[in-house]
Order: sequence, then structure tokens, then C-alpha cells
Amino acid sequence: MKIRITTATKISAAVFATALAVSGCSASSGSAGGDALAELGDNEGSVNILSWPGYVEDGTNFPEYDWVTPFEESTGCMVNAKSYGTSDEAVNLMKSGGYDVIAASGDATLRLIAAGDVAPVNTDLIPNYEGIYDFLKMQPWNSVDGVSYGVPHGYGANLLAYNTEAFPEAPTSWSVVFDGASANSGKISAYDSPIYIADAAVYLMAHNPELGITDPYALDETQLTAAIDLLKAQREHVGEYWSDYLKAISALDTGDTVATTTWQVIVNYLAADTPVAAVLPDEGATGWSDTWMVASKAENPNCAYAWLDWIASPEANGMATGFFGEAPSNPGACDYREDCEAFSAGDTEFAGKLYYWTTPIEDCLDGRTDVKCTDYARWTEAWTEMKG
Amino acid sequence: MAMKHGAAAVSNSETAARRVSSFLATHPKVRLGLLLSAPLGWLVTVYIVALALLLVTAFWSVDSFTGEIDRSFTLDNIFSVFSGSLYVAVTARTLLVALAVTVIDVAIAIPIAFYMAKVASPKVRRGMVIAVLLPLWASYLVKVYAWRSVLSGEGILQWLLDPIGWETPGYGLGAVIIALSYLWLPFVILPIYAGLERVPNSLIEASSDLGASSSLTLRNVVFPMALPAVIAGSIFSFSLSLGDYITVNIVGGANQMLGNLVYTNVGAANNLPLASAIGLIPLVIIFGYLWLVRRTGALRNL
Repeated sequence: MKIRITTATKISAAVFATALAVSGCSASSGSAGGDALAELGDNEGSVNILSWPGYVEDGTNFPEYDWVTPFEESTGCMVNAKSYGTSDEAVNLMKSGGYDVIAASGDATLRLIAAGDVAPVNTDLIPNYEGIYDFLKMQPWNSVDGVSYGVPHGYGANLLAYNTEAFPEAPTSWSVVFDGASANSGKISAYDSPIYIADAAVYLMAHNPELGITDPYALDETQLTAAIDLLKAQREHVGEYWSDYLKAISALDTGDTVATTTWQVIVNYLAADTPVAAVLPDEGATGWSDTWMVASKAENPNCAYAWLDWIASPEANGMATGFFGEAPSNPGACDYREDCEAFSAGDTEFAGKLYYWTTPIEDCLDGRTDVKCTDYARWTEAWTEMKG
Repeated sequence: MAMKHGAAAVSNSETAARRVSSFLATHPKVRLGLLLSAPLGWLVTVYIVALALLLVTAFWSVDSFTGEIDRSFTLDNIFSVFSGSLYVAVTARTLLVALAVTVIDVAIAIPIAFYMAKVASPKVRRGMVIAVLLPLWASYLVKVYAWRSVLSGEGILQWLLDPIGWETPGYGLGAVIIALSYLWLPFVILPIYAGLERVPNSLIEASSDLGASSSLTLRNVVFPMALPAVIAGSIFSFSLSLGDYITVNIVGGANQMLGNLVYTNVGAANNLPLASAIGLIPLVIIFGYLWLVRRTGALRNL
């Protein structure tokens, strides 16, 4: 039996360079991680949480962003939080133990499940699970064989940011950064990670159907070469690559970049009068989706479940995803933040246009068995060679 | 009774301490060994063992399926690093940047250092030393981001150059060379200044007494004596540029240097062995450079 390793990654706010830390991962099967909790007991008094920066705020950074204190007061579980910078770091920290709860992106979730570091989650014990969007539940990155491994947190898309002075009409296609990039040579930017190859693949899916790409994370050698060729042509017109979101903000602000792949939060950071807007092009886009999971060796399982329930509540989910700049997983969350529209929360048409970031592996994720697909190590090699 | 017992304990410990001290007094080598063991142990574990591990890791490989390091000996990484066209091109680019930065820094540093050491009054000299050191008090990142905004198409440089019809170099290798030259300049000025200060004024006076022109004195008296200091300064700018990856990330446009390849392989690709193999390139270059300059006495000026 094989499980699909679908992985997604998302931004990590405070890290200098958000390198996608993904390594090839094992697709072994089995109900690793033991059984889900059958019933809740008394809260233990503390809970150890591992998450992306900005997911567990107790008011230290911004007094108005505090969703930890109300949790501690109502449950009696004192929160010990640690943030990580890359998914690889998260996987390594979970292996070392000592954490009860983790917020993981898709490129970490299935590795954690396969390694037995996280346990199935009994969603019946989480009243607020009811309120989560159905289209986020039981997805390939948060469940295995119909067993849920966590509670969805939020999701976002890699959009196309454009300068409204350079493009008076909103572009409808990624071609402004690919085939049409020469029009703004030197002012094009792209995401500095091998996973960006998938963005080129999404473009090729629409414009070169004869390549037969059905999943941008399942590329055989020919398809990868086509994507790399597209990126090589783009390279001629790229002013700079970005992986630090602050760098992307400054380049869009000064106009040194007029078209690039972006995150909604980057556009939101720009001053209101900056001539920059973001759009989801017709070809679709890559994106991320995150999940709260419980460690298989959790010392405080009851407090862990209490946290999962709290963070799925409209109030906490709204504050956490609003602080970070992504769409919430709970529609009720929009009552607690005012920018839900900007993140297209609950727009299933929007969500359906997204290809969540996934670790490419040798066994093709699109189900092909007659060819071997290129894995992430190969993508990294191709990416560095493309940049030269 | 209790007092007596206490007194006995004190005299016991006194004799023990005395015995140790008299042993150490008569065994100077043991004394020296104990004194040096802590700093030496630190040096060995932090520097030598880390370097050795780097070397060893380069001969391992990573299982791309599980991400685990396979500790069996292989030369694949070394071969791909020293033969792959990507690595050759990036190494050449990195060397070019390091050399350009070094040449620019030395060219700027020599006149400034000479003025500080030989011309300026003590008061001016003190002020200049402070001025040279001042940028070191600001964070590296702040300085590079400052250059990012200076060199931007909307930046102050463009505004200054616009009237004469020039353009900012924008983000790219030129920007990297400018920013790195700025960053490492104090590290080049200070050793050259120290070296020039050691050139006795009497020699310069004797040279002119004997009829040598200023330029001849500079060339035949001052420069040979200052050369080791210049080389010492160049070691700083050269080796620091060779390993840099942050500046090129911020102002380098789409370019990458050796440090970026190491960073990508550690952070994104989880391929520590390949990163180690790439890390050996600057190591080899720096050792080659040090070996070349060892005879000039520059290493005594570091």
C-alpha cells in the first residue's frame, strides 16, 4: 500500500530566508503513531506547542494580539511555545520529543505521520472541528486512509503581484512573468526556491498541454526539462529572486519589481497608496495549507486537545490567521477579523485553483507508474543549475 | 569539641592545597599543561574538530528518499563540485568579486592609512580612527539594507546621478562589490595603518636627505616595509568576501555565490555532504592564498 505524500509549505514570518526545507520522504505505510485518544480526561496544567512564528501569540509582540492568555485562563493549561523556521527543523524537533502539539505545513505533515511522530486525532473530542470548512477536512495532507491526523488551520495562495502603473489592466495570466517577461526585463522577480519549479509547471499545464502535466509536483524528466527551460528564459529578465518576504516588500514598494509571485500578506504590508495589486491568474497557482497535529508521545494529551479545540474556534482561528495573513479554516473566524475578503476565505472556486505545495518524490504523485518522476533533490539540483 | 573538629578540617584542607601547590611549584610543565588545557581544549573542539567534521562529511552522501545521511565513503560530491560547470562558474564569479573587493579596498585604504599614520596630527588621527571604526558599531544587515535602498532604481544614487545622465548600477554583481567593499574597508585600513605606523619617520627623512623624491621614497622605502601589512589587510577582505552569502542575497539581484550554494544545500535540499564539499572550495582557495603570502611576513601582521 502506498500513501500519497502531499506536502505544502507556507511562509514563516520571522525567518530571514524561508528556504523550503523539504527532503525526499518515505512513503511507507502503516498506522504509525498509535491510536487516537478515545476520551478526554483532566487537563494536565501545561502544553508544549511547536509552530511557525506568529501562530502562538501571547501579547508579548503586540499587546492586541493575544489568543494564549484566554486559553490559559479557561483551561488551566499553561502554554510553552517554540517556533521553527523551516519544515525540516520542525520534523527534527518533533523527533527529539518534548512537544504535545505542532502546527505543520503539508511538506512536514505526512513525514511526521510516516515516522510515527504524530498520532491520529479523534475529531469527535474537538467540538469546534464541526465549524471547519469541509473542503479542508480529510485532505491528503492531513489524513491517511480516512483517519484524520489533525485540524486544518489556514491556507493561502502564491498570487501574482503587479505594479498598477506598469500594468494598467490587471494581468489574467502568469505570462507576464514568463513568456511576456521581456516587456519588463530586469523588473521581474520570482520566489527563490526549487519549489518554484511547480509554478512554472502550473503555467505549462495551461499553455503546453502536449507535455501532459496533470500535477505540478509530478514531473518526469522531460516535463522537468521543459519547466527548467521556461525558468531559464525567465532568468534573463529576473532582476532578483526573493525568499525573504521583507525583500519582496521593499522591491515592490520601490518599483524595482513590477511583477512577481507573492503572498497576500506582502501586498497587505504595502502602504495603501502603493501602486501594487495582487491577482490569482487564470492558470491557477501554487499554495499552502497548514494543520494542527498531536504528538504520538504527547505528555499532555488533554491539554493538547484543548488547544486544538481552542485554535479551531472562530475567535482564536480568526486572530491567528489574521495576524499571519492567510485564510482561516473556520468560516466563523471572519467575525473576528476584517480582512477575510482579501484572503478569499471560503471561496471554494479560489481554493480549487490552488495546487498545495508538495514534496516531489520518485513515485509520481499523479498516479503514473510507467515513468519515474523527479524528486526534490533533483529539483534542487536543477534549480541551482538554472540560476547558474 | 566542635571547634577542635573544625580546626582539624581546616588544617587538613590546608595541607592538601599546600601539597598541590608545592607539587605544581616543582613541576612547571604540569602547571603549564593545566593552564593551557582549557583554552586548548576549546580551540581543538570548536575549530579543529569542526573543520575535520566538515572534511569527513564531504565524503558521505544523502539518501534522497529518507533524507538520512549515508556514512559510507564516496567521492561523488568532490567530483561533482570540482568538475560541474555550475560550481566552476560560481567559483569564478565568487573569486572575481573577492578580488575586486580586495583591490578596491586596498586602493582606498592605503592613502587613508598613510595620512592617518604619517601626516595627520594626533588629534585628527584619533578622530579618523574613530571614524573608521564607527561603521563597525552598526549591524551588518542594516548596512547592507541601506545599500539596497541607495542602489534602488528609486534610490538616492539614481537621484544624484540623474542630472549627469548616469544610472545606478542597480542590483547585481556591481552592487555586491560596492557593498562588500564598504563593509570590509575598516578591516583593511586598520592593519595597513598599524603597519605604516611602524615605519620609522627617520627612514623617510634619511631617504629625502639623500636626495630621493617623495615618490621614490614611497616606492623604495615605505612600500616594501608596509607590504606585509597590505597583504594582511587583503586577507581579511578576500576571505570575508569569499564566504559571504547575505550581501549577495540582498543586493546581488539574481546572482549567486559559493555561500548561497552552501546555504541552499543545507537549508532547502537537506544535502549536508554536498554543502560540505562546496564549503571546501573557499577553504582550499584561502589556504592557497595564505600559502602564497606566508613568506612575506604578512601572517605576523594579522
